[in-house]
Amino acid sequence: MTRVTTTQSEDAKSAKSKAPRDAFGTASKLTRVFGVAAFVLTSALLVFALVISPPEVIQGESVRLFYIHVPSAIVSLYLAFSITLVGSIIYLRKKSIFWDLMAGAAAEIGVIFCAITLITGMLWGRPTWGVYWKWDPRLTSTAVSFLLYVGYLAVRKLELPPHVRRQRAAILGIISFANLIIVRYSVQWWRSLHQGTTLDPVDTQLDGSMLFSFFLGMLAMIAIGAWLLVHRFRVAWMEERKAEQSLAAAIVERQSEGRS
Amino acid sequence: MLSDARLIAAKDLRIEASSRVLLTQVLPFGLMVLLLFGFGISPDRQVLGEVPRRSVLEQVSPGLFWITVLFAALLGLGRSFSIEAADGNLDGLRLGGLDPAGIFLGKAAAVIVQLAVLEVIVGVGAILLFGVSLANVGLLAVTIVGATVAIGCAGTLYATLAAGQRVRETLVPLLVLPVLAPVLLGATQATEAALFGPVSDGWPWAGLLGAFALLYIAIGIVAFGSFLEES
Amino acid sequence: MSEASKSARPDGSNRPAVQLRSAVALLGSFPALAGVDLDVHHNDVALLQGPNGAGKTTLLRLCAGLIGPSSGTAMVLGQDVGSANGRRRVRRSVGLMGHSTALYDDLTVEQNVQFWAAASKAESETVVPALDRTGLAGRLQTVKVSALSAGQRRRTALAVLLCRRPSLWLLDEPHAGLDKDGRELVNGLVLEAKDAGATILIASHDLDWATSVATRRIDVVGGRVVEGTVVEDAVVKGTVVKDADA
Repeated sequence: MTRVTTTQSEDAKSAKSKAPRDAFGTASKLTRVFGVAAFVLTSALLVFALVISPPEVIQGESVRLFYIHVPSAIVSLYLAFSITLVGSIIYLRKKSIFWDLMAGAAAEIGVIFCAITLITGMLWGRPTWGVYWKWDPRLTSTAVSFLLYVGYLAVRKLELPPHVRRQRAAILGIISFANLIIVRYSVQWWRSLHQGTTLDPVDTQLDGSMLFSFFLGMLAMIAIGAWLLVHRFRVAWMEERKAEQSLAAAIVERQSEGRS
Repeated sequence: MLSDARLIAAKDLRIEASSRVLLTQVLPFGLMVLLLFGFGISPDRQVLGEVPRRSVLEQVSPGLFWITVLFAALLGLGRSFSIEAADGNLDGLRLGGLDPAGIFLGKAAAVIVQLAVLEVIVGVGAILLFGVSLANVGLLAVTIVGATVAIGCAGTLYATLAAGQRVRETLVPLLVLPVLAPVLLGATQATEAALFGPVSDGWPWAGLLGAFALLYIAIGIVAFGSFLEES
Repeated sequence: MSEASKSARPDGSNRPAVQLRSAVALLGSFPALAGVDLDVHHNDVALLQGPNGAGKTTLLRLCAGLIGPSSGTAMVLGQDVGSANGRRRVRRSVGLMGHSTALYDDLTVEQNVQFWAAASKAESETVVPALDRTGLAGRLQTVKVSALSAGQRRRTALAVLLCRRPSLWLLDEPHAGLDKDGRELVNGLVLEAKDAGATILIASHDLDWATSVATRRIDVVGGRVVEGTVVEDAVVKGTVVKDADA
């Protein structure tokens, strides 16, 4: 996030060529917009979720977790993993490194928000159900999805030539989304057969300031997710360029082997 | 494609016939896991309020059986790819003129056949050890076929993804188990329905297994080539 | 012979059997090949020599279509190794004997050769003559590969190679671990394959054995081809392949 401050003239220069801008950090105009939005929205969320909105009739104070829990689930399962899916498809069609890195960055963000969903879900469960884990269908399938994408990230770390690794990751990025859907529906079906409907973190009746807090939470999580995604992508992009540069150096070094 | 598959499957089965690794190592492992479940859960505990009265072990035996199968399948998949990795044989397969889809189907078929044999023997073990009485053999057979094809195909696909990698042994379970979670659910539900009824509850789950198996046969045929391509 | 070997091509095209231009190939992130320029003409027997780690094995694997170039071009037998389809087509017509022999320990010699012959779409009638030629017929035929010595394993791999009838032979240290008979067998097979019109690349440190069959020597150092010499015409020593091409 920190970026070396530049003078006016340097700024003008960097506007012309992208190279010096890249050299200083992962920040860009886009990340600053998302960063500010994330900060403002999160501050507003804290006020609305913790102070202004009332406790819920049945759940009491624990309803406040809902304003983070549900938005983070949506950011993770619906947005981030969808970006991984789309990035993987585009990579397979166009072999564009941009989309391969985007798919990988989105999966990392998705896994983090998945973890937030699981943690807030369990914290919500303790006061509401009396236990941290009640094999709630959504939470359970989220846990499996979390592990699915941890596996995807592990494949991205395999020691393979870059184009081979990208190809495998892209195929896996597509199959994993199919698995996510299968897991989600089969777990839901499984739980619906064996017990009556329990109170679910999502089944909450909201109105007024509660509804507004939920929307704020949604926007805040999206802003944080987008902010992290762009930063993470740019880190990956710079690593890629560094690898290119070190490859060029490695080739020169390799060529000079055996000569003295 | 199918003749290539037959060639590969016959080769893998011939290797097993000659080495008997699954028969003498993986099968005993499966039976040991059944015994361990008995130690872990305690055979004397009864399920309360159920008529007829059942032991906890009998009640949860479908799940225990399929978990055992899943763990044994991981070992079988490891074996299926260690015979290819030992002496650069994957390169040999790449150099041959075989259809990648045929290689996939052949390797999966060999795993499926061996797993099916293992399931029958472990199944008999479970019936004897957990005091289960067999019922609705039709639904059970369909369940076993569907689940075994699903495990064999999805497992082969993911095992190839990590084939030839140093982290293969630890990576394959991480990749395969979340993917096969719905198979474990479906197989356990269908088996429970077959053994304890109502049978009508089991058929949709058997259908899920069949759909999953078909999906992974299709994915394998399409994707296996590029997983095999380079490593 | 030297002139004939340069001009005569079975397919009538004037493209070399192997043509690499600035080819870079990676092992992980290490550039094992760092810009190779190389022409190997049809029916050449080319000896790749160079220190350990020079990139000879990677060069052979590139020619086999097992890996693709990460930059530069690689045409082998008229196919572009840079594309997955080209690699697939190349692989069918090459025979590679590497450090690993690609044999199944739990199958017998005969079962291995039969399987790989079938996997290479070779006629099943080729198996018996191949076993005969490599001295594996008889008692050894029914022995499991796990019970073979290193030299016998290599003979089995040679038998597989014979069944494939490749038009490009890629031999990685073919003489290593073989007794005198075995080395003579390798050289005999190479000469027979050459007579049948095949192109052969041999990476070897056994220079005495390898030079007796080679028509060309190629020096590999630091992931590059630094010098190519036509053996029959030692005067042209120092002919860099690039220059010969120009």
